[in-house]
Amino acid sequence: MDEPADPPDTRFGRWVRLDGAEPEGVPFTIDGEPAEGRNGDTLLTAILTVRPDLGPLPPDRRVRAGFCLIGLCQDCWVRLEDGRRVRACTTPLEPGMAIRLETSDRAW
Amino acid sequence: MVKSDPLVVVVGAGPAGMAAARTLVEGGLRPLVLDKQPAPGGRMWQQPAGSRQPCGLPGHDAETAERARKEFLDLAERIDWYPGTTVVDATRGRLWAMGPGGEVDETSWDALLVAAGALDRVVPLPGWTLPGVYTLGGAQTALKALGCAVGRRVGFLGTGPLLWLAAAQHLVAGVEVAVVADTSRWTGAMRALPDLLADRARLALGLRCLRMLRGAGVPIRRGIRAAAIEGGENVTGIALATRRGPRRFACDAVAIGVGLVPQTQLLDLLDAPFDLDAESGVWLPRADRAGRTPVEKVFVAGDGARPLGAAAAALSGERAALAILEDIGRPFDRDRAARLERDLERHVRFARGLARAFPFPAGLEAGIASDTVVCRCEGVAAGAITAAVRAFGCHEVNAVKALTRCGMGRCQGRLCGLAAARIAAVTAGVALAEAGRLRAQAPIEPLPARVRRTAPDAVA
Repeated sequence: MDEPADPPDTRFGRWVRLDGAEPEGVPFTIDGEPAEGRNGDTLLTAILTVRPDLGPLPPDRRVRAGFCLIGLCQDCWVRLEDGRRVRACTTPLEPGMAIRLETSDRAW
Repeated sequence: MVKSDPLVVVVGAGPAGMAAARTLVEGGLRPLVLDKQPAPGGRMWQQPAGSRQPCGLPGHDAETAERARKEFLDLAERIDWYPGTTVVDATRGRLWAMGPGGEVDETSWDALLVAAGALDRVVPLPGWTLPGVYTLGGAQTALKALGCAVGRRVGFLGTGPLLWLAAAQHLVAGVEVAVVADTSRWTGAMRALPDLLADRARLALGLRCLRMLRGAGVPIRRGIRAAAIEGGENVTGIALATRRGPRRFACDAVAIGVGLVPQTQLLDLLDAPFDLDAESGVWLPRADRAGRTPVEKVFVAGDGARPLGAAAAALSGERAALAILEDIGRPFDRDRAARLERDLERHVRFARGLARAFPFPAGLEAGIASDTVVCRCEGVAAGAITAAVRAFGCHEVNAVKALTRCGMGRCQGRLCGLAAARIAAVTAGVALAEAGRLRAQAPIEPLPARVRRTAPDAVA
């Protein structure tokens, strides 16, 4: 053991924003709960800076949080309240978007 | 433009596609450029999102990238550029693409240049499907374009120049680097030195990254024989088998990668042939030095042809555009073409050096544990592949896919195809080439159910 175990605290978001250069907030909701992203965010950025993951996905209902971030691994599809299914890493966040993670396991 | 001008379609607006578009315009054509990204630059020269500023990361030449993007945008009046557009199917002379609104359009083409870029290659490891594990390129994209780090303390695992570059970039961005664990050894780098001298600037960059990481006291482990990513619901650490015994490093995110794989699905649909690069185990599209594939009027350039980096991609895009001009009977500068090929040769030599310095860890891939997931889309473990190969006596990877569902999921085997072929070949005791390569299927990316078709030729 080279380093002391330091359990990660991902309760409030897996990703960390690196700069404060993006002051403009973009409101959206996750499962009805209000959240705020930043101008220029992808859906994946917006979700993972406030949540630890995208919830469980088929086939194994494994909890996921994206992987390639460039639209190729297809491991970040989420459902919107309006029924659309979108790839979170290539979809720009728009004000008022309503994301449904609770039901993302029914998306397939 | 006169109506009889041939229609050249360029797929991708990264370094290769942008250079090709410019060269085609210079040659008097009006190319149609289809790009998946909302902004030009591809992944290597990607524009930071929103008003985020490029933050002076090592190896990220923001100025070159911005200049190339600006040059391309200045062409906008003289090309037909469709950003946010994903090509999903192609046949000889036609292709289909989905626009940002979910509409699928169809266009004809007289010549097609595929400049689709590359994806990180990964070796399946225990725990690689945990949330918090990303590709090296993904972690880099978060940093460079999204203004985020994928975790608070990131471990880097794999091999190749990107491993060291991405780790150094995280360090500079103020992210804690838990470890850099490389399967390659220092001795390989020594032997590679003569070829690496072909590009002194990139060699110097690599050494600078190494110095920065060492200077910051980041643990560096080389010659990794086995590795596992630990965690339950989240990544908690990396466990390594080193020559000095087991080691463990705590972290909340891991970036993995062992090189790049060209994105060749479109070429596959067009029946372009591929050759196995024996050293890396990657299938590369067959093409001449100008980027001509054996399929008439189909060309390939950039990292999507052979991963050589952004600078080489721009050169090869320009070279392929000259070949297109030549093949459709337009005047082109023969000396310029020869000069580009000479310049590219230097990048090929450097890449040979990199392959020697950071050899693909075939042993790690071949020695995969039976319960390690290979196909993350379908949740297929290595044991299912070995069992199918033994039970049915077949080792061809498309047959293995049919038997196990490995490679049958959403990503179409982009991430698992090479590993599945290796496991099948090793199990059957045949050469890797015998296992073949996973065939792409149209549509090459998932289409949403809301997709609708617009009138034919609406794009062109």
